Formats: sequence, structure tokens, C-alpha cells
Amino acid sequence: MSALSSRRRGAPRRPPERAELWLGALAATLLLLIAGMLAFVFKEAWPSFSHNGLAWFRSGGNTGQQLAAIYESPANPDDYVYHLRAWPLIYGTLLSTGLAVLLGLPFALLCSLFMVEFAPPGLKRVMTPVVRFLAAVPSVVYGLIGILVLAPWIDRHLVSQQFKLDVNAIVPISGGGLLLASVILMVMIVPIMIAIISDALRAVPRSWVEGSAALGVNRWRTMWKVSVRTARPAIAAAVVLATARALGEAIMLAMVSGSFIWAPNPLDGLNFLLEPIMPLAATIVGQQEGFSAVPLGQTLYAIAAVLLVSSAFLSFAGWAVRQPLRKYAAR
Amino acid sequence: MSALTTPPRDPRAPLPGARRTRARDSATSWPLRDRVGLALCWAAGIVLCLVAGSILLYMCFKGITQLKPAMLWTHPSAAVDQSRTGGFLDPIQGTLMLTAIGIAIAVPVGVGVALWLVEYGRPAPLARAVESAVDVIAGTPSVVLALFGLSFFSETFLSWMSFRAEDAAFGRSFMIAGTVMSLIALPLVVGATREALLQVPNHVREASLALGKTKASTIRAVLLPAVRPGIATGTALGMGRIIGDTAIVILLLGNTLTIQPRDGAAPVIGLLQGTGSTLTSYIYGNSPTGEGNAPEKAYAAAFVLLLIVVALNALATRIARGRGKDTAWIR
Repeated sequence: MSALSSRRRGAPRRPPERAELWLGALAATLLLLIAGMLAFVFKEAWPSFSHNGLAWFRSGGNTGQQLAAIYESPANPDDYVYHLRAWPLIYGTLLSTGLAVLLGLPFALLCSLFMVEFAPPGLKRVMTPVVRFLAAVPSVVYGLIGILVLAPWIDRHLVSQQFKLDVNAIVPISGGGLLLASVILMVMIVPIMIAIISDALRAVPRSWVEGSAALGVNRWRTMWKVSVRTARPAIAAAVVLATARALGEAIMLAMVSGSFIWAPNPLDGLNFLLEPIMPLAATIVGQQEGFSAVPLGQTLYAIAAVLLVSSAFLSFAGWAVRQPLRKYAAR
Repeated sequence: MSALTTPPRDPRAPLPGARRTRARDSATSWPLRDRVGLALCWAAGIVLCLVAGSILLYMCFKGITQLKPAMLWTHPSAAVDQSRTGGFLDPIQGTLMLTAIGIAIAVPVGVGVALWLVEYGRPAPLARAVESAVDVIAGTPSVVLALFGLSFFSETFLSWMSFRAEDAAFGRSFMIAGTVMSLIALPLVVGATREALLQVPNHVREASLALGKTKASTIRAVLLPAVRPGIATGTALGMGRIIGDTAIVILLLGNTLTIQPRDGAAPVIGLLQGTGSTLTSYIYGNSPTGEGNAPEKAYAAAFVLLLIVVALNALATRIARGRGKDTAWIR
């Protein structure tokens, strides 16, 4: 790693300078920080996991009522209620993240191809700041646009009044829901994907592209068969990074996902997309008043622990899929 | 000094004098499948630009019509009548304070870690572990970081940092929120500084060492001035990230509308131990999801927030221009 490795093999190693020790200690505290993060989150989360066991991840009963019961549990620590079946929250996270990544990937791939190869020079110059802008908009602004502009529009134009009345007793349909959440999530993760993919497309060795062109292959096929294939590890890395981002998004989802704990049923046809969801991270924000009640606080820490483990896992997955990229130093 | 940071010329790039002689093949002769692909590319690129453009125009329109200059210097107050809820002076001050605290911690630590990683980085396993630790921190959702902070700073030996009432520490204050905020800026600072350090050619270090300087004084007198633009890029990106974050503010800043210094403490310390709000939490609170529900105020504040964040990102791009790849923001 050292940028300057002038030491000959076998030459005596100089004793480390004081600066090296200080900086090394500083860097090592980051490892302590990760360890501390795991320790503190799991310490708080433990009661919720130990009371429910693996059933924590299963479905059963009304999760919203369970959370309310936990909030209202008696003040005596022995009588704390912990019963929770968190499947609807996990399902909501999987649905919104999965749908956003699934919609976002082809879109981001096409956009990066456009940006790198097909756009006229004028548009090319516009695309870079556009991507940067979309990445820079804070999530609360996305949430605000979602809930004030798009949710009422969906409510007026896409939700049938009959369906709304039919299910009103069970689940409120307000415009915010799976569709809106995934679409806005997609807009939020697409810039990262475009940045990574277009970076890799630009790094494809020029001779490969020229070789393909010299064989008489047209530009689209050259991009598709040579550049996109070469950039496959970068595409995988982009998907992993975007998934991590989508998984951890809390504020925007808390605003536009319908504020109701519900597991949308695919059997409902297209209305499935309009039903509310409640992803894990959004639950923590939505229930933040509940930290005053100890057991609800611990339950929220359990949710955070699930998020922490999944995002750490995704970090390592991202590192693993980036390894082939080092071969041609794309990133 | 700027000559030191000139990146080596890309060997794949065409020579400066060479003229492009490749005849562009026209899409009209392509097979239908390829033409459909090209059309999709154009569609995706144009949709992306339209989305960004409409967000920008809509927020500018709403912001300019709703924002009254007086809002910028009046304190907010809770009232049912919308004309009497005041402006958002306190949230702006809160944003500034939080950013200052976060950056004051993140920049020294981040630069130190990057220096150690590039200049020393031994033992190598430790360096790899630290690198992945930075990746894990970058991938951890900010809600999870906020919960970690809440638990960590509720420890009794750290209670001096937090807002207290009747000697019960809440684990919430400007100091605590700022410290946790530094974690979301840290990976950006490390990444930008590292990339800048890697671009300093080795002969610069060798020249300094040949003059009899120690490694520590080489870092201080040669490397740090050379990577100053990299540090500035990281700082601007980190500030943008801190200013745009909502989850940490909602969970760790106490979410009081106005800045509330802790009673009976010295002026500055009391302010740091106090609670308050930022522009992001003000927007969240004034959206239909929060308790305020005043969309006009939310739009005005969102406009100000968007201006700040976009300006910071433009600044980061400007500093990074012409200094190799501009990829530090992808985290």
C-alpha cells in the first residue's frame, strides 16, 4: 500500500516515527468504532431478539398493534412486552429496494451508455451536472415533493375510488405507497449507478472498442457486446452500492410510503402497487417518539441491528465484486 | 505547487494534435434491434434530464413564490395561525452549528486516516481492515449511526455532552449530533484526500527525503500543501452530506423548534449541550408527515436547503476540475 517502498529486501526496518504511530492509532480507532457500533446496537437490541427468537423475522398478527402494545407495556421491567413479528417491515424493505433496483438498473445502464457514447457533445456536457444534481438533492426534499405533489396526483388519477372504499376498513389508501416509494427511491439511487457504470465504460481499453469497430460492428453493438461486457463487475458494484443506499433510506420512505404498517398482497393485481408499505429504516423514524418507552426503544434497536448487519454484508459484497475491476484499474 | 498534482497523461487518449478521422456510421443502416436500443438510450437520457430539470424548476418556482426574506431572520414559533409561525432563523443557525462541529471533527480525522493509509499503511492487514472499516461506515444507514450515537452517548461518563433535565442525560444535543454527523462526512474526506495523495508523483516524496527530511516533515511541508484541493473537495462534499441529512437530526438533536441552550451552563458550552433543529428537520416537521403541516414554510426552507447543497456540490466539482477523476462523491 505504501506509496514509497524503497526498502531493499532484508534491509533493517527503521523504527516507526512518532507521526506514524499517531496516525496509525487514529486509523485503528475506526476499527474500534465499528466494533463499538456492533456492540452498542446489539446490546440494546438483545431483549427483543431473545424474547422472540427467530420468530422475530416471521409473519403473524398485526405488526402495528404489536408495536403499540410494546409502547404501552407496563413500567415494571419484568412485565415488558416484546412480542413482535417483523415480517411486514422486512417485506416492505425488500419490495421497495428490490423494485427500485430492478427499475433503476436498466435505466441507469441506458443513461450511462447515452452519456458515454451516444449523446451529442452538448448533451454530454449537461448530463454530468444533471447526475450530480440528482445525487445531491437531500432525501427530505425528495420526500417533500413525493408527499405534496406526486402522492395527491396518484390518489386522484390512479387509485380507483371503489377500491379505496372497499379496503378502507383494513388499510387506508392515500396515494403514498409501494409505487411512489420505489419510483422516488429509483430516482435517488440511479445517479450512483450511472456514475459507477459510466466510469467503467470510459475505462474500457480503447483498442478493444477500436478492434470491434474495425471488424465492421456498429457502435451500438460495440458498446453492448464489448464495453458493457467489460464493465460487468462495475455494474455489479453499482447494484450493490445502490442496494445499500436504498436499504438505508429512512426519511423519504417515512414520508411517502403511506405511514401504515402493511404487507401488500401481490394477488390484488395492480392495486398491489398502491398499497402502503413500512420499510425497516422508515419504522425507526416513524416511531421515534417511542424511545421514551424502554421496550419499544429496544425493539427499534433490533431493527437497526438488522439494517447494520445487512449494510455491512453489502459493503463486503461490494468489495468482493470490485476485485476483478482492479485488473484494468477501472476503479 | 499545483504542478505537483498534475495527473499523468492518459496513454489511451488521442495525441493532442491528432484529428479524429473515424467516419461516424449512421444509425439508419443498423438492424432494427440496434436502432431500438439507441432509441431507448436517447429516451433514458432525456427522461433523466427532464426529471432533474422539473425538480429544479419546481423547487425554484415554489421557493421563490413562498420564500419571504423576513423568514430568514425571524425565529420560528408554534402557532395554529400560519402567518404567526415565524421563519426559520433557528433552523439555519442549527444547520450551521451542526455542520461546523461535524466538519471540525471529520476533516482532521479523515485527513489523518488517509495519510496513514497512503504514506505508511503497515502492517498491511491493518491497512486493509481500516479501508474496509471506512467502507462499512460509508455504507451504514444514517438512522443506524444515529441510534448508535443515542446509545453510546447515553453512557454516564459521556453525559456531560448531552442535554440534561434534572440530571437525567437524554443523549441528545448539538455536540452529540455533530459528532455523529462527522461519521457521515468522514468517508468522503478520506476518499477525496486519498485520491489526491495517490496522484502526487513519487519523485516529489523522493526529492524531499533526499534532502534529509523525515517522512513526517515531508508530509507536513510537501504533501499536505499538494493535496489541499483534495481536502477541500472532501470537505465540501462532507458539508453537503451533513446539511442534507435528516435522520440524525430528528433522533439526536431533540427536535425542538428553537435552539434551547441547557440551563445554568456557560454560554457556549450550554449552546453545544442544547437542543434545536436544522433546515432538514424543519422541512420534515412542516411536511404533512410531521406535526407542523405548513407546506408553504416547508417549500421555502427546502428551497434554501437545495441552494446550499447544490452550491456546495458545484464548489466541490469546481475544485476537483482538471485534477484527474472526480469520483470522490460516489460513496
